[in-house]
Amino acid sequence: MCDTCGCSADGGAVLRKPGESDYHVHVTPETEEHTHHHAGEEHHDHDHGHNHHHHEGTSRKIMLEQDVLQKNNLLAERNRGYFEARNILALNFLSSPGSGKTSLLEKIIPLLQQRFPVAVIEGDQQTTNDADRIHALGVPVIQINTGSGCHLDALMVNRAVKELDLQNNSLLCIENVGNLVCPALFDLGEALKVVIISVTEGDDKPLKYPTMFHEADLCLLNKIDLQPYVEFDVAKCRENAMRVNHHIEWFEVSVKTGEGLAVFQEWLEKRLLHH
Amino acid sequence: MHEMSIALSIVDAVEAKAREEGAGRISGVDLLIGKLAGIEPESLKFCFSSASKGTLAEDAVLAIDEPEGIGECGECGMRFPVTFYYAECPECRSLRIKIVSGEEFLIQSITIEEEGE
Repeated sequence: MCDTCGCSADGGAVLRKPGESDYHVHVTPETEEHTHHHAGEEHHDHDHGHNHHHHEGTSRKIMLEQDVLQKNNLLAERNRGYFEARNILALNFLSSPGSGKTSLLEKIIPLLQQRFPVAVIEGDQQTTNDADRIHALGVPVIQINTGSGCHLDALMVNRAVKELDLQNNSLLCIENVGNLVCPALFDLGEALKVVIISVTEGDDKPLKYPTMFHEADLCLLNKIDLQPYVEFDVAKCRENAMRVNHHIEWFEVSVKTGEGLAVFQEWLEKRLLHH
Repeated sequence: MHEMSIALSIVDAVEAKAREEGAGRISGVDLLIGKLAGIEPESLKFCFSSASKGTLAEDAVLAIDEPEGIGECGECGMRFPVTFYYAECPECRSLRIKIVSGEEFLIQSITIEEEGE
């Protein structure tokens, strides 16, 4: 049972908004609204208009050739079409927990906001802590709590977008659940995937989590101000990332000191004008 | 553990197809999961057994075919087996490798039992 509203929904993602403790929407596949029944309870009793020959105990093989992630991919393409039509640049930010995704957004949004409207979707298993931090910047934000889920999917983003009043010609930052494995597989409809690592992690991270780095379009190496204090070979890390994905765009930044952020900002602004 | 949500989406897809075909139950599901697809077959099998409880796919046997990864060199065009994304061409040492096989992730077919109505 859902603790907040007492409905029968268990598990599944929930949308929340900072400062609105009553606001709470379940992401359910079967309807757009918060509903109190579950998929699978409705049986398709209608006649398809043709006869099936039912033989006791006979088995039959049916070819499907269907992509396992088809449902997610189709919905992701719908999201993508919506973003394209409204000229919204959607970025999917991915990293391990603690690499600095939210801090990066806190730093970069005030700079970009002067020229482009920005909105944010935050993904975490629990709490609205990250959405609260973004809300303090005065930009529209929605928190997706995935519950036990380890990644965002296209349905959650589709639902969250409907709750956000997105403007044309804007930037949408989607901060995924901190995880370098699962989110790599789920297309959300974003234009670009941005993976963030920090020098307090290992320089072999691209080799250890190749799927994520293979899927990413940009890689930001964060916390470079700490480099003198840790065993992290920047050149080696970059080479490792390039081995996994030779198209990856590489940036070195310190969200804390601001070093390198101007280059990233410039890249984003160019992209916002010409995407 | 993305295997759980993937198992659930497989159950959804095969159940929809089986209902469309008027099946009594699903006895088998054939999957094609390339070795580079980022899915652990063993973990998926485990999740599938709990995800399919109470559905037409309960007790269905999951058969998984795992094609090897094949890379193609962007410089010399040579094709060779790869086990990871960071492959190097054995011929010309180039790192410009395109993965041409091993990323498949398909439900190939299902076997349904047409038990009486």
